[in-house]
Amino acid sequence: MSDAAFVATAAIPSAAPPPSPRKHWTGSRIAGTLLMGIWIALGIGFAFLIVGGYDAEKVARYLPRIIGGVWVTVQLVVLSVVFGAILSIPITLGRLSYNWVAAPLAFGFSYFFRGTPLLAQTFLLYYGLGSFPDLWKSLGLWWFMREAFYCAVLAFSLNTAAYQAEILAGAIRSVPRGQWQAAASLGLGRYATLRKVILPQAMITALRPYGNEIVLMIKGSAIAGIVTVFDLMGETRYAYSKTYDFQVYLWAAVLYFLMVEVLRRVWDAFEFRLTRHLRRDAV
Amino acid sequence: MKLLKSATLAAAMFALALGAATAQDATKVRIGTEGAYPPFNFLDSAGQLQGFDVEIAKALCDEMKVECEFVTQDWDGIIPALLAGKFDAIIASMSINEERKKSVDFTGKYYNTPPAVAVPKDSTVAGVSPEDLKGLNVGAQGSTTHSTWAEKVLTDSTVKLYPTADEYKLDLENGRLDAVVDDVVVLSDWIKSDAGKCCKIVGTITPVMEIHGEGAGIALRKEDTELKEKFNAAIQAIRANGKYEEINKKYFDFDVYGG
Repeated sequence: MSDAAFVATAAIPSAAPPPSPRKHWTGSRIAGTLLMGIWIALGIGFAFLIVGGYDAEKVARYLPRIIGGVWVTVQLVVLSVVFGAILSIPITLGRLSYNWVAAPLAFGFSYFFRGTPLLAQTFLLYYGLGSFPDLWKSLGLWWFMREAFYCAVLAFSLNTAAYQAEILAGAIRSVPRGQWQAAASLGLGRYATLRKVILPQAMITALRPYGNEIVLMIKGSAIAGIVTVFDLMGETRYAYSKTYDFQVYLWAAVLYFLMVEVLRRVWDAFEFRLTRHLRRDAV
Repeated sequence: MKLLKSATLAAAMFALALGAATAQDATKVRIGTEGAYPPFNFLDSAGQLQGFDVEIAKALCDEMKVECEFVTQDWDGIIPALLAGKFDAIIASMSINEERKKSVDFTGKYYNTPPAVAVPKDSTVAGVSPEDLKGLNVGAQGSTTHSTWAEKVLTDSTVKLYPTADEYKLDLENGRLDAVVDDVVVLSDWIKSDAGKCCKIVGTITPVMEIHGEGAGIALRKEDTELKEKFNAAIQAIRANGKYEEINKKYFDFDVYGG
């Protein structure tokens, strides 16, 4: 006999999993089914309302405007979230630092923008700061302050930057200090540690709150209506004020829902990617 | 058990409150108004409703011998709120026009003043025609006959819609807008005040019947025909007994009832 005896020549066939236990109609299962039934019934009722209230003339007249509003909402949210993310980096650094200038500055920024309503911030920026046209002209910034859309993006960016900085700073703090020390003992520099060790772990924590923040932005952007930017909500209100038909709010609800659903799926994909090292089946 | 008890109590109180709110009291009429449209209806520094519309409404209620209660409501949602029964009549300078008649009923007019265009004092705008306003930013309050006019007639201008008159005034003052459209009385009242000294009226617009209608009336639910007749009779009565003239004089130095 040779060594070959110790070499496996065939894989052991995998056994079928044990049969799952029979499901009983327990109290919680009945309750769950009932509640699910209510949700399904509501969904059907909702679809029925939309189909039943279909009015070709209203659809032809107002749906294109409302779809145009969706595009404005998407632009507002994407621009604000991107600018907010860029702005949140120095604020995060300030929030994590012990420097006596940077730390209070960053704290003050986040304190102000998280502590006051977005509505008030937008109003103050557009009508308040906008009431000094001569100042802005002398600074060469009137072209910016003049446009309601730019003002709305600026106000939303500042607001979301404060929230995003808190999310990021909190996520970085949640990574144990040992990770920094371990990286240092391997001779990694601070920047490399942050990029290769800390941020990948922090992003797992930060991902869902980030998603939340964007969902809130999608809906919060309706505030742009007060400064004459007609986003999805603005166009919906416009159509409603012409038709007095609450149908249009149902359309808006569906469109907002679709936007959030797209975002949710993208976020699931992100999470799948970020947590690939935690899955047993991933090779 | 305790929870159940308090829940029952809460439900009972809710039902009671609901019942009280919906109970139709024949001698009580709830009137919806905007409260942001000086000099017709606005809140004074003490938070009290004032203005021509409000005083006319009070005079009409006295005439009809009913108790009136005012409800302020954003302009955007004022007709839906009437239809939903939040109040029984809208007295808020609402123009009687075909579009609105599809959903509500109107009394006869209680005043009629033409729309006008206001511009900054140093503006070179010479008139109110679409050519004069071509390529300019024109503001108006949304869901009003003025915004409908601007959108339909000023096709070569950029029309911006504001939630209330206050906001377009701010934007005309700071130069974001080149012109605004609203009722001549509203604009001239503002221009006479300190806040409006930036601007001037460049001219009035000849009303377009399909858009502007015959004047401002009281809007009611279509089924409330009895209330409509009472209001109509009361308007005639205060026109006849001098009460209307008295209120008119208090606010304006010309006859707002119109021809």
